[in-house]
Amino acid sequence: MTRFFTSGFSHLILFIGIFIMIAPVWMIFASSTHTSSVINMDGLQLFLGDSFYENYLRVLLYQGGFFKEITALKMFFNSFIMATGVALLSVVTSLMAAYALVYYRIKYATLLFWIIFITILVPLELRIFPTYSVMAELNLVNSYFGLIVPISASAIATLFFRQFYKTVPDEMLESAKLDGANPWRFFIDFLVPLSKTMIVAMLIFMFVFGYNQYLWPLLVTSSEQYWTVVMGLKMMSGSIVHRFAFVMMSMVPPILIIIILQKHFIKGVFQDK
Amino acid sequence: MSFLELNKVTKVYPNGTKAVHETSMNVENGEFMVFVGPSGCGKSTLLRMIAGLEDITEGDINLDGKLINKVDPSERDVAMVFQNYALYPHMNVYNNLAYGLKNRGIDKQSIEQKVNDAAKLLQISEFLQRKPSMLSGGQRQRVAMGRAIVRNPKIFLFDEPLSNLDAKLRIQMRLEIKKLQQKVGVTSIFVTHDQVEAMTLADRLAVINNGIIEQLGTPIEIYNNPKSLFVAGFIGSPQMNFIDGELKNKTLFAEGFEIKNVQSDFNGEITLGIRPEHMSQSDSGLINLSVELVEQLGSDNLIYGELKNKKDFCYRCPGNQLIEKGSKISLNINDNNYYVFDKSSGNRVN
Repeated sequence: MTRFFTSGFSHLILFIGIFIMIAPVWMIFASSTHTSSVINMDGLQLFLGDSFYENYLRVLLYQGGFFKEITALKMFFNSFIMATGVALLSVVTSLMAAYALVYYRIKYATLLFWIIFITILVPLELRIFPTYSVMAELNLVNSYFGLIVPISASAIATLFFRQFYKTVPDEMLESAKLDGANPWRFFIDFLVPLSKTMIVAMLIFMFVFGYNQYLWPLLVTSSEQYWTVVMGLKMMSGSIVHRFAFVMMSMVPPILIIIILQKHFIKGVFQDK
Repeated sequence: MSFLELNKVTKVYPNGTKAVHETSMNVENGEFMVFVGPSGCGKSTLLRMIAGLEDITEGDINLDGKLINKVDPSERDVAMVFQNYALYPHMNVYNNLAYGLKNRGIDKQSIEQKVNDAAKLLQISEFLQRKPSMLSGGQRQRVAMGRAIVRNPKIFLFDEPLSNLDAKLRIQMRLEIKKLQQKVGVTSIFVTHDQVEAMTLADRLAVINNGIIEQLGTPIEIYNNPKSLFVAGFIGSPQMNFIDGELKNKTLFAEGFEIKNVQSDFNGEITLGIRPEHMSQSDSGLINLSVELVEQLGSDNLIYGELKNKKDFCYRCPGNQLIEKGSKISLNINDNNYYVFDKSSGNRVN
């Protein structure tokens, strides 16, 4: 009886939490399926209307921006390229950096690591001017490369991979050596598969990080061709239902990534046990 | 020329610790050599130098007529079984076995052939698709050995591979390793701190202490003829009894008794060593023991007691010979089976 009571109680709290989080999202979604006149007259809607297809299609294909060069579809494409680029590049660089720091006999490796780690204390906003001038110098303003590279070194990911590598027993390396694995093979055949779970977690984390970038894309792109979704949220003009529709769609890619990769993430966790 | 030759091999760690001192030995083709010694004596370091996992500070190692000091571990053609097996957790058993072969560029068909043969030999065929985490300790041990066998190396190196197993399994695997080695006939070096393992497995064994080989020989040679106090104390179970005394003009004086006509010209302080199994009870024996504890093993009884000078002493007698706790017994040494060591240097003098 007590057990039923406590579990019922905790479920109640969970439901309240879910409700608080989901309700606004639902209201935006429901409202985005009505025509703007309904919203203007009756305010936010709790039930679905019948303009879903019409609103969303218009938002996706509408030529926006000052020069009418950009559509929401293109923004999604840009954001996807940027977020994927940031995720892949930062995972690859931090995997390799951690490998070098742990397995190569580098002088002052620990010191080097802490210097890398300290960069966490220097956010992009603080170094945005020099970073921009470097990109301008290299002629990388208004390019995907310029969007991705400056935010693709992750000290946190390096920390995670380094700590993980340190738990890999030395015998594994020695055994691999005797089995004829060179340093590259050891990295590819051992460290990468062993850190798969962590790689997936970092990919999710860095994808969302890259997707959510606002200030950097704003600065480094003057051409509307390179606008991203998060920039678009700010730039978007038009009726409220269209903006709602855009907001709803902007949430989809990170959620999709989490849903797709989470499977591997959980599978990895359980296989290790 | 021997199959494996160590010539004055020395290992000094960067912090100045000398792990191995000018060690020389030969291992013949097909021989089962065991390095035995207490932990930290340098036996593992020596093994790892043969494997190429530690640099050699001084000296040479020759394998099959080739100097291998600077040869990369992967090219030495040695296989090693580690204490914690070091299986690859993300690969199934098949790939664990096949990995070394793949790296050597062997074609798929012969890899499959070799892996299946090794698996059959070790009776792990049914586990080939499993991950190491799904195997028991003994099965993992077999996989680790399979990984060594499958490559058909010049030499097997075992680094205390049995110490993670429970007592029963350890004895079983010990037998299996010995049988396997005899079947495959590959030269093997086995490192252990367990003297029973050492005695049972070895064709020859090297007793190592403080980075020096104290004695090298067949197990029975070393048991019957220990050259030093350390070897005498390390080999044999229960341990040899030691009694301090003095040797003067071939007569040995110990607390409470003396032995005449000792075969030695040594004069001075000595330690007398007597194995528990080399004595028998008699009415007027040399050594008087007050019995404190009796361990009945069935086949044998181990009698623990004190000498007059309160030193602990052990006597091993047949299981049917009943001796009661608290009684006093008198023992004679059989057939002059005693050992005399120089007390200061530890060297055997008789």
